[in-house]
Amino acid sequence: MKLLTHNMLTSHVKGVTKGYPLLIKATEVKVSDVDFNPQFVSRMIPKLEWSALVQAADELGHRQDLPAELIPDYEKDDDFLKKVHRLLLEVEVIEGCLQCPESGRQFPISRGIPNMLLNEDEV
Amino acid sequence: MKLKKLESVLQQVDGFEKPKLLLEQYPTSPHIAACMLYTIHNTFGDIEGKLVADLGCGCGVLSIGAAMLDAGLCVGFDIDDDALDIFRRNAEEFEIPNIDLVQCDLCALEAEAYAKKFDTVIMNPPFGTKHNQGMDMKFLKAALTMAKTAVYSLHKTSTREHIQKKANDWGVKIEVIAELRYDLPASYKFHKKKSVDIQVDFLRFSQV
Repeated sequence: MKLLTHNMLTSHVKGVTKGYPLLIKATEVKVSDVDFNPQFVSRMIPKLEWSALVQAADELGHRQDLPAELIPDYEKDDDFLKKVHRLLLEVEVIEGCLQCPESGRQFPISRGIPNMLLNEDEV
Repeated sequence: MKLKKLESVLQQVDGFEKPKLLLEQYPTSPHIAACMLYTIHNTFGDIEGKLVADLGCGCGVLSIGAAMLDAGLCVGFDIDDDALDIFRRNAEEFEIPNIDLVQCDLCALEAEAYAKKFDTVIMNPPFGTKHNQGMDMKFLKAALTMAKTAVYSLHKTSTREHIQKKANDWGVKIEVIAELRYDLPASYKFHKKKSVDIQVDFLRFSQV
């Protein structure tokens, strides 16, 4: 599970009003090599919940010097974009779970795939 | 990448080992997948550098193709453990880094959470023929919510009018890119014929 994907995932268990952002409890994390496309990263940034990305990076111990607030004029800052690229696309959670911040319900991550399936009584 | 090359690469993608009837698991043929992806990429520019979702990704033929055509990231969504496992193995074998997978039920999906997050959605959804009538429309509705620019999908030609009406209701533009003959080889024990041709529309949906 990449952090770009994680940024979109929410818990929709019945009764939960704000199942976002999902807390990440990782037991295995991998960093892979993905081609850097600055335009792609630049376009993804406005779609992100920046604070959720920072929180996720913190939880995985990969925050490095990512700022708590989005910097202005990031489109032209390749260094910054490379940092974001690494977090969004190269850092992957292989094993662990996602936890709903409201209900505590855990969604397992196994072999890099988060399982967001709900039980019958949660729908 | 040339169409022929793409098709021959997709031929190497492993399909379902034990397809589940009730989930309507059929692999998208490498030929159809290649033609679809090639058009989406060359005619419309909706793959390269884009955030793509593949709904009902199964073993990942469409996603792998999209990733090879340089999608920024392609995220596959499917309900089935076994299919996702095969997809994951395929992605590893092909060494495709720009792919991610999520296991979820697209019918129970609160698509609003993903509203307009993806540039493009591509899919070959279940047609709704196995006690799951209306499944194709559920997938379509989710796709239209999630996509910012366009949804590309396969639907039975016999449902074209119905889909056009729904598209109007939803305020969405629809384009029949091609009519395909979807060749389904006998994959379940009850299939009597060796293969069956189903008339299928390759559709593009976009905002009006």
